[in-house]
Formats: sequence, C-alpha cells, structure tokens
Amino acid sequence: MTALLALLLLLAGWEALVWLGGVDPLLLPAPTQVVEALWEDRALLAPDLWTTAYEVVLGLAAAVAAGAALAVAMHLSPALRRALRPLVIGSQAVPVPVIAPLVILVLGFGLAPKVLLVALVCFFPITINLYDGLRATDPDARRLLRSLHATRWQALRLVEAPAALPAAFTGLKVAAAVAVIGAVFAEWAGAEAGLGHALLTANGQLETARAFAATLLLFLLAVALYGACALLERRVVDWTPRTDSGGP
Amino acid sequence: MQSEVEAPVVAPRDTEAAGVEFDAVHKSYGAVEVLRGVTLRVAPDEIVALVGPSGCGKSTLLELVCGLTAPDGGRVRAAAAALMPQRDALLPWASALDNAGLALRVAGAGRAEARAAAREHFAAFGLEGFERARPAALSGGMRQRVAFVRTLLAGRPVLCLDEPFGALDALTRLQMQRWLAGALAREPRTVLLVTHDVEEAVLLADRVVLLSPRPGRVVATLEVTPPRPRARDDRAVVALRERALEALGAA
Repeated sequence: MTALLALLLLLAGWEALVWLGGVDPLLLPAPTQVVEALWEDRALLAPDLWTTAYEVVLGLAAAVAAGAALAVAMHLSPALRRALRPLVIGSQAVPVPVIAPLVILVLGFGLAPKVLLVALVCFFPITINLYDGLRATDPDARRLLRSLHATRWQALRLVEAPAALPAAFTGLKVAAAVAVIGAVFAEWAGAEAGLGHALLTANGQLETARAFAATLLLFLLAVALYGACALLERRVVDWTPRTDSGGP
Repeated sequence: MQSEVEAPVVAPRDTEAAGVEFDAVHKSYGAVEVLRGVTLRVAPDEIVALVGPSGCGKSTLLELVCGLTAPDGGRVRAAAAALMPQRDALLPWASALDNAGLALRVAGAGRAEARAAAREHFAAFGLEGFERARPAALSGGMRQRVAFVRTLLAGRPVLCLDEPFGALDALTRLQMQRWLAGALAREPRTVLLVTHDVEEAVLLADRVVLLSPRPGRVVATLEVTPPRPRARDDRAVVALRERALEALGAA
C-alpha cells in the first residue's frame, strides 16, 4: 500500500516536472507519454519482451545448474574450493559490456551468447549463497549423522542440502533481480530482437518514449521474475517462520 | 516390536558384549587436556550416569563411545552406540515421523519403510497424532521424545544420551525423567547418561559416576540400589543425592 502510494507520488511529480518545467520530451518523456508509447508500440515491443524473457529464464536456469554444481563441488572438496573460489569471485570483476562483444564474436548472434551472459551475471549470488548455506548446517546434526555412519552423499542429501535451501533461495532472488542486465548487454552487443535491442533502436530513432517503455518492460520483467522466485521459495521452504513474505 | 526394523550394518568395535569399557583413557584438544586417565566399565543393559561440572569431558566420553573421536591414550571398547545430542538436532524441515526414522534412512531404508517403523513407536511415546508435525510445532518434551525414538531406531545396543533434558523447564523435566525410566524398563539398553543434575542421575541410573573438573577423571562411583520407580523424596534417593553432591564438592 505504502509502496503504491510512493510510486504514485513519484510518477505525479515526474509528470508535473515534464509538463510544468517545459522539459523536452526527447530528453525525458512524461509517464503518460511512456504508457502511450507502450500501448501504441505494443505490437513492436511484445515480441521483444518474449525474446528477452526467454533469454533471461534460460540464463537463470543455466546459472542455477552451474551454480549448484560449483557450490556442491566446492563444499565437498577442499582442493576444488581453493582452486575455484578466486575464479568465482573474479568472474564478478569482469565487466559484462566489455566481454559481451567477445562472447558474441565466438558464439554468434543466436541465443547461446545471451544465455551465457545472463548466466554469468546470475551464477555468482547463487553459488556463494548455496555454498554458505551448505556450510552452515547445524553442527549437532552433522555429529549425529557421523555417529550413524552416514556417507558423505547421505549427509548432503538428507541434511546439508535441505538446510541450505533458504540461503539458496536468497541467492536465486538476487540473481533474478539482476538477470535482465546480462540480457540487455548481450543484446546491445549484437541481436535482432529483445528489449535491449529495442532500447538501442529507439534511442537511435530519438523515440525516447519508446525507449522508456522498453525500460519499463525490463523493470516489470525483473519484478515478475523475483516474485516468481519468492513464490517458489514460500512453497518449498515452508518450515522457517517468517515475518515478511519477501515478495516484491 | 522391532521385528520390521533391521539393525544397521555397522561393525561394532566389540562384538562380544553390549557393554562399554574405558581403560585409562586420555584425551586432549590442542593444549586443553579434557580427560586424564578415565577407567570405567559399563555392563550390558546397565544405566550409568556421568555427572560432573561443565567442561569436565562428559560429552567427550560419549563421542569416544560413538566413534566420533579417538582417544590420545588408553583404550575404548564399545558395542555399536547411538548418540542423542545435547540439543535434539531434529531437522526443522522434516516431520516428526521422518526425524524419528532418520537413522533407518541412513541405514538404507526407503522413506516409507522408515516411516512405518517410526510410526510403531509413536503411540508408546505419547506422540500419536503428531506424526506429520514439524519440530517447530512440537513442545520441548515432545521434541526430546522424537529424538529419543530416533536414537532407539538406530538399533544399537548402547545409547549415549547427552544431557537429554537440559533445555527443559523443571516440570517437563520431571515428567520426562519418569517417562525415560519407563521407556528403558520396557526396552532395556546399555545407557550412558550425561547430566549435571545429580538428582536426575540418582533417579534414573543403576550407577552414578562422578567426574572431576577438567581434566576429567573418575572421582567416585555410587551404586544406586533403591528399587524403581524411584521418587525424588525417597529417603534413600535423597541420601544418595547428598553423598554425590558431597563427593563433587570435595573434588
């Protein structure tokens, strides 16, 4: 309720600024102009939205698979932990806009480079949170399993993995929120469709309102992804008492 | 009652008896000497309480029996043992039934099989109707009972109970002591009960072993002969409690 009110206030202020302040709509279109552009260009933007959504969802899925594998490997093997941790952390220092053209150069203009770049942006929060979650298992439960002569695999499956789920979902939600960034940079480096591509062409044609409309769609896409992850979390991690739903 | 429960295949370190033997056991963690020459024998189906001040190595004795750690000196011989950790260590995401059946899952049983075996114990332990409840929805006393069923279902001849009622309020504690005495009368096991409550030791055990402050060694052993069930205000129980406290104070 408060969030809605704050949003409405912000939009009203923005609208007033544009109309009363005489701001050139080429520089900053009013919210109503953005919504108008969204409606008028809907046939143009809808396929772009689906393209980007598709890239983001696939990239996120790839990040979950790679991140889970990495986290479990680092958790199980001290040697792998020492070898991989600097690489995992270092991967976040790589500026996506810089390597995006290189990835496109190698993988072409298809879906693969977009998925890869989204995954690159997403896998870090997933890996680190899951890894920390796996390590944070109750030491008493660990001792109990050892006293039962549980195998390493049983300890992972019966205790450590479920115990790590809340942390893993935290990582997933962070990843979902930033995933679109990877897709946009990938599309800027070379694409025929997608919201990032739409953004680029709209800018080139001085269609500022349409560029804002595309940005609005990116914003909504990120919120929807986050919401879907939060919903999934609430269904899967249903044993921790929570004070806040964590939804958007 | 346990006909459907297969004992886990674990090679006990002493197959001849269901007892426990500590022979001049030493143990240090780094520079901290925890146990100094502990010698103690526990007969099969005997209940021995280990009492001593905090940090005297009581829990370490249990870890030695369960094979979680090895002695630095001396020898530990024990039949296969199941541990009930100090805090119940129940898995918060698993139902009471799945928690109770954990040892069976580890031993290779399927989920349904483990549940069926655990379910058989729920009525006897006053847990009927709470099979599907998560630990957070159970009272402290119920959680301890689920943890105890889990320990029993490990199917080991020796039970290592590490301050099982330490976290409970006084009233629940009293009820649980009575309940444990009954459970062990029904299903006799070799029990090592760690507690810092002298009265609890005297109420439940056949023998009370008093340990010194760190480094722990055996200060005195009290035979507890009064017939069961024992009451807190039995004259013999009170006398034993006072003797134990005296011995600990002198330690």
